[in-house]
Amino acid sequence: MSMPYYVAPEQAMKDRADFARKGIARGRGLVAMRYIDGVVMVAENASQSLRKISEIYDRIAFAGVGKYNEFDQLRVAGIRAAELTGYQYSRDDVDARSLANDYAQLLGNSFTHGMKPMEVEILVAEVSLAGENDQIFHIMYDGTVIDHRDGCALGGDSDAVTARLREGFTEGLILDDAVRLGAQVLGGERVIPADELEVAVLERGNGRRCFRRIEMPSDVVASAESSEHEA
Amino acid sequence: MAMPRFELGQDPGTDFGLLLRRVGLTQPAGAGAVPDAPHATTCVALRHADGVVIAGDRRATSGHLISHRTMEKVVQADRHSAVAIAGAAGPAVEMIRLFQVQLEYYEKVQGTALSLEGKANQLAAMVRQNLPAAMQGMGVVPIFAGYDTRRDVGRLWDYDMLGGRYEERDHVATGSGSLHAGTTLKLGYRGGLDRAAAIALAARALWEAADADSATGGPDVLRGIYPVVAVIDADGWARVDDEELAAVYAAIMDEAREAHS
Repeated sequence: MSMPYYVAPEQAMKDRADFARKGIARGRGLVAMRYIDGVVMVAENASQSLRKISEIYDRIAFAGVGKYNEFDQLRVAGIRAAELTGYQYSRDDVDARSLANDYAQLLGNSFTHGMKPMEVEILVAEVSLAGENDQIFHIMYDGTVIDHRDGCALGGDSDAVTARLREGFTEGLILDDAVRLGAQVLGGERVIPADELEVAVLERGNGRRCFRRIEMPSDVVASAESSEHEA
Repeated sequence: MAMPRFELGQDPGTDFGLLLRRVGLTQPAGAGAVPDAPHATTCVALRHADGVVIAGDRRATSGHLISHRTMEKVVQADRHSAVAIAGAAGPAVEMIRLFQVQLEYYEKVQGTALSLEGKANQLAAMVRQNLPAAMQGMGVVPIFAGYDTRRDVGRLWDYDMLGGRYEERDHVATGSGSLHAGTTLKLGYRGGLDRAAAIALAARALWEAADADSATGGPDVLRGIYPVVAVIDADGWARVDDEELAAVYAAIMDEAREAHS
């Protein structure tokens, strides 16, 4: 009879983390940041139909990077949790913080107990009614939750993107500028083709449902390029 | 509500009602007849050149008593559709709430909205599920109206208590005052009515119903309560404001006064 090898828990966790990180880094990244009317999310996405950014509830959006089928499962689970809470109590009782906690539980569980950790990082954003309390939660593959004030980057070369975002971000950006900044920090040296950008916003004053896709990000990016040529 | 997870094959997909059952959040079935539960009354809808107009009075009655004067029986279902209800108010309001959630839930999970006909079918299934309660006098009989963005026309449906679903060509009325409201629509309807004429006709139909049916409320000028009237066209749902309705009803009242002078 063969004995199973002993693996130190530190090693086991490290192996799992490496595995998840590798999967996530393979995919392309996304950024989210506050702008004057809410939160904008910009993702690098070659597909026009398999979305990385989507609507969860009236003022809450979801974005994921990594393995599509895994974060899509999480997206649907989030919509369900939000709709059930809103139906059972009131639409006002649905908030991003509790949703982020639920996601953290789920991802943490799958990281320590699952067959394999989920190869995803997700983002839950919420716009407040007044504008002082917009929230951006970043949830890692192991269930770690980080709460960002201005913005954050997920997936791809996220450290470099985060650094560029910190540098470029200013308070009170208008939407077009925020979209351009998002595309710039995602790309770094290279220019991402405009039709490979997926852009969506949570916008205050857009009625009950604040989520809106920006269908033609290429127009915004193109207008930036032309104005640069003129300058 | 903790995040629900399902095994393959148990996943409720885009069906919010099924999701509620899977997580154990369903209402108990009615135990027996409730004789004087509030009932909602007359609603109408008609097509016009750019879409549909849908309208309902504001009264709910319990037996011979007026239980609510400001009930809103016409509600927006989503951007391009609306439901109007007649029948037992409690189950009806709950049905609409579930219907609204279902439409939005489907849209978000699936990534695209249901077609208008899909929505009409979804509502039929909900009316059908209410059948046991309907057998005890707690029936709900809605009208569904909306703008079909794939075909660029306004469309109307009415239902029976068994969940039967009927698409109507021009106009429809439901509830206790539907005989009078329906006749008014029938006599006043012409193809290609414009928005203002369609609103006036819907208001007139509710006026005639209120005039002859004690359970239907007329315009309450004293309190400033007017029927809910909404227009749905390519731009989506828009409720007609009370000022416009006050003018419409003032004209109807002038006409009535003249007829009796």
